[in-house]
Amino acid sequence: MSLHLERADFAIIADWIKPGSSVLDLGCGDGTLMAYLQKQKQTRGYGIEIDDDDITASIKNGINVIHMDLNEGLSEFDEDSFDYVILSLTLQAMQSPELLLKEMMRVGTEGIVTFPNFGNWKSRLQLALGGRMPVTRSLPNTWYNTPNIHLCTIKDFEDLCESLGFRIIEQRAVDHVHKSARGLKLFPNLLGQIALYRFKRA
Amino acid sequence: MPDVIPADSVGIVTPEIAHFDQPLSLTSGGVIDAYDLIYETYGELNQDKSNAVLVCHALSSNHHVAGYHSMEDSKPGWWENMVGPGKPIDTNRFFVVACNNLGGCYGSTGPASINPATGKPFGPDFPIVTVRDWVESQARLSDQLGIDTWAAVVGGSLGGMQAIQWSIDYPERLRHAVVIAAAPKLTAQNIAFNEVARQAIRTDPNFHDGRYYDFNTEPDRGLRIARMLGHITYLSDEAMREKFGRDLRDEKIDFDFDVEFQVESYLRYQADSFIGKFDANTYLLITKVLDYFDPAENFGGNLTRAMARARASFLVVSFTSDWRFAPSRSREIVKSIHDNDLNVSYAEIKASQGHDAFLMKIPHYLDVVAAYMDRAAKEVGI
Repeated sequence: MSLHLERADFAIIADWIKPGSSVLDLGCGDGTLMAYLQKQKQTRGYGIEIDDDDITASIKNGINVIHMDLNEGLSEFDEDSFDYVILSLTLQAMQSPELLLKEMMRVGTEGIVTFPNFGNWKSRLQLALGGRMPVTRSLPNTWYNTPNIHLCTIKDFEDLCESLGFRIIEQRAVDHVHKSARGLKLFPNLLGQIALYRFKRA
Repeated sequence: MPDVIPADSVGIVTPEIAHFDQPLSLTSGGVIDAYDLIYETYGELNQDKSNAVLVCHALSSNHHVAGYHSMEDSKPGWWENMVGPGKPIDTNRFFVVACNNLGGCYGSTGPASINPATGKPFGPDFPIVTVRDWVESQARLSDQLGIDTWAAVVGGSLGGMQAIQWSIDYPERLRHAVVIAAAPKLTAQNIAFNEVARQAIRTDPNFHDGRYYDFNTEPDRGLRIARMLGHITYLSDEAMREKFGRDLRDEKIDFDFDVEFQVESYLRYQADSFIGKFDANTYLLITKVLDYFDPAENFGGNLTRAMARARASFLVVSFTSDWRFAPSRSREIVKSIHDNDLNVSYAEIKASQGHDAFLMKIPHYLDVVAAYMDRAAKEVGI
């Protein structure tokens, strides 16, 4: 498979993963990330997906994919089954992000979460000045048809991690081309479009 | 009957018979001294014998998986949707083998076969066999065919149970197990249905304690009821509603006990087409095979421990409306596999057809199996 990853947040995630580790990818889509990790980092593990076409695509991509509804939790997996549990751009579409984050930290040693940052200045501007729910490149849906039912900002997410007793190991904020410019490091919640976190139990 | 054989069919096929002289010791403690297995093959075994796929059959089916026995056949084999040139189990790439299981009534040794000790049909003297015994007999067939390792062992329902048992009993002899619409063991409800079927047969006045062959009769009435009951459990409530609703065969209600509703007509048709071609003792036997299946039994009831011996990669498939072996049962299987860090993919297919869905042409289902089998093929370089 190609070494080029369409979604550059994947490249950052891949950098965080130690070779030979076990990975559970929640909402694995067509299996691109898992296939990349398997090849480049010799990882093993499973992708979880609910969409029919993505399940077929994941099988074609040569990964283990398990049909499961993340809203039902991860009760099928035992404690500490994986080195990493990944949730990329899926948190905001979950019925209960808090429960899922707890589940991630139950079955995995480390969690990796990426989400669209609602605190980005474009969103703020659209709501503050335009008076309408923001529609941006990273959040392209209108309020009435969006799967993204639990939007949060970088600050919100960090507050939640603290209240759940998670210790943040690493964090990044990137713009729509997934570059992490200097300004982004100074003002992640204002300039970041996608936020990436790696954390563990405190 | 086909006017012409469709291009994606294996075409006209002829079964073969393998004979085994080495006694087979059974789980029950019994022994079968010698036996035949009737089988069919499709496609060609490659030079390094790495492209063989074993298809295991369910309760009432047999070795005739695909193709036609003659141009007069009204229907092709039972898994024509799955097996053939360019189909998910692609006979252009794979060498497919399927046998009628031991105890069957389609040409393999079973209760209706002649017992050499008495010169009469075995009848009730045919020993109870189990899925383990079947796997053992299939392994011997593999030996005879020169197949050391199956590229995949595939089956639906009771066939899927055989694939699971293969992965435990002969971990090094299969690369993949495809387990469709199966369960790790039967529930009390499943066993209850089987028992009603058995009672229908065993209380038929023509049953004669299973020695009906000697009386030139068959317990047709019991077998018909057993088959009708079976068919109710193979369909979903939804499928029955879609297919029959409360439609009447004639326009009006007659206020009698003849066939009035279409669903009655369907069940009677299924029953009629079953008798005469299926042996009642085999039906009894195979419902017992189902009841006894429990690979976790020798591992303290722990399926994860049972699966610890497995080395294969798995594809597990279930169907949303299957209440005989519901998706939750497949997920038990999936858990026992990933608990052991083995490769497993699992697809739950949206389907209204109930348990029978595994035989149907459902695009997502066939796509999933095709994608998986393509991987299995590439792995062995075909």
